[in-house]
Amino acid sequence: MRRFLSALAFFALLIALWQALYDLKIWSPVLLPSPVQVVRYLQGAIVDQTLLHSTIITMRRLLTGYFFGIVVGLPLGLLTARWTLLRDTLGTTALGLQTLPSVCWVPLALLWFGQTEAAMLFVVIMGTLWSVIIATDTGVRHVPPIYPRAALTMGSKRLHIWLKVILPASLPFIVSGMKQGWAFAWRSLMAAEIYVTILTGFGLGQLLHFGREQQAMEQVIGIMIVIVLIGLLVDKTLFSPIERFLHRRWGTSQ
Amino acid sequence: MFRPKTGSVTQELELVAPSKLSIDNVSKSFHTATGNVLALDRVSLNVNEGEFVCLVGPSGCGKTTLLNIIAGLEKPDSGTVLTDGKPVTGPGRDRLVMFQESALFPWLNAFGNVLFPLKLKPNLSNKDRRDVAKYYLELVGLTRFERANIHELSGGMKQRVALARALAPNPRVLLMDEPFAALDALTREQFYGDLQTIWKERKKTIVFVTHNVREACCLGDRVLLFSPNPGRIQEEFHVDLPRPREMNTSELATYAARIMRSLKQQAATTT
Ligand SMILES: Nc1ncnc2c1ncn2[C@@H]1O[C@H](COP(=O)(O)OP(=O)(O)O)[C@@H](O)[C@H]1O
Ligand SMILES: [Mg+2]
Repeated sequence: MRRFLSALAFFALLIALWQALYDLKIWSPVLLPSPVQVVRYLQGAIVDQTLLHSTIITMRRLLTGYFFGIVVGLPLGLLTARWTLLRDTLGTTALGLQTLPSVCWVPLALLWFGQTEAAMLFVVIMGTLWSVIIATDTGVRHVPPIYPRAALTMGSKRLHIWLKVILPASLPFIVSGMKQGWAFAWRSLMAAEIYVTILTGFGLGQLLHFGREQQAMEQVIGIMIVIVLIGLLVDKTLFSPIERFLHRRWGTSQ
Repeated sequence: MFRPKTGSVTQELELVAPSKLSIDNVSKSFHTATGNVLALDRVSLNVNEGEFVCLVGPSGCGKTTLLNIIAGLEKPDSGTVLTDGKPVTGPGRDRLVMFQESALFPWLNAFGNVLFPLKLKPNLSNKDRRDVAKYYLELVGLTRFERANIHELSGGMKQRVALARALAPNPRVLLMDEPFAALDALTREQFYGDLQTIWKERKKTIVFVTHNVREACCLGDRVLLFSPNPGRIQEEFHVDLPRPREMNTSELATYAARIMRSLKQQAATTT
């Protein structure tokens, strides 16, 4: 409760500072709208449901692509950890492509898929996939050999060992890879949405882009705040609980 | 004591006959960076049903290798290992290992670790499995800590969970590789009494590796002294002392002194 109150006080102070800067009129109101204007824009966007629709469209792209990235990346990571040939080929490829900022996939996706949902999905998958492959591969190779050996003596066999020993044992690595994949995917999707207009649905990135085109700064800032809030929400509701569980179980410090 | 009620659990907890181990002419060498190491050189050894045998000797004399071969985790270059007349071809639930480090799974709590081998046993309901796990956690005195995460347990408690996990599938043979080596003296002494009680209660054939001669005399019906390079059984000692044995008795000290003498001679001749 105390932490919540101090956080609340901090943000109130931040907004007050913003209002004060607005009142001083150093910048034109076109460049720096007041907090009230931003809230009014957000209110309008909530009432006419544009915000809801855009959020749903963006999240649908993100979650679908992320899901495929993990579903494909996890087994591939297990395979590269298991077979040297795959590690030397696919593993090295993944390592290389992971260093490529995922925004760089956008032009290629546009040329391959045109201005379609597939292009968006492709960008998100490319953001997720390589991180997940590498993290899984690293995680599996860090599993102490004594765990599978112990499992063997207890009657565990190949597939069971993979699912019930090696996979959970490498979970701390896999989760941090998933988190990184999420961050990459989220960033590249925003870039892609700002960069290209896709007529099948306007995501949050597109609202941001329209805000700029109409010089509607309150829209730009309002959408930015929404994007930040979504990022925070995902971190607090999805990753934080998993990480807390891992830290508690493994006894690693936060 | 926790008393499971259903018939299937009682059946699961029933004593199984301990195995007889016949190890015949087992050799094993490893290729290392410094050349070939003959870890075991034609080692032969019989362990009777329900016998407690201790293997002692300096490090590198092949004790762990022999244990791994009995466990089926490694294959000998030559020679055979039989349990009750049947050749060992791989790991099996009838021979469970308690490793030097606890090898407990950090992603499961204490209870989950003991449950792990039971989940691999067919013909048990989940309720039965939980009851059996509870029984063994109580047997090692850790009921209060069943929900504990592994890192929250002390070294001694970890090894207790490991013991419960090894006992849970009701094996015929228990293979223990220096299980108390990392524990402090006080915790270890507590274990000696408990292990003897559990051994008497659960009737297992136990092969116990240690480099602590007194520990070997306290626990073993028989103590086998290994010598290194190449790994061989050098000498065999029968410990005819009543049980339960106390660690600090003069009789035990006499046995230990005899074995220590042989160990010192060995060290003198090999260097
Ligand atoms: N996997 C292995 N690879 C190479 N050398 C090994 C391996 N396992 C054991 N050795 C060697 O075999 C010898 C016996 O080892 P070990 O059975 O562990 O001895 P102990 O348990 O008695 O200390 C040692 O010289 C050791 O270095
Ligand atoms: Mg050893």
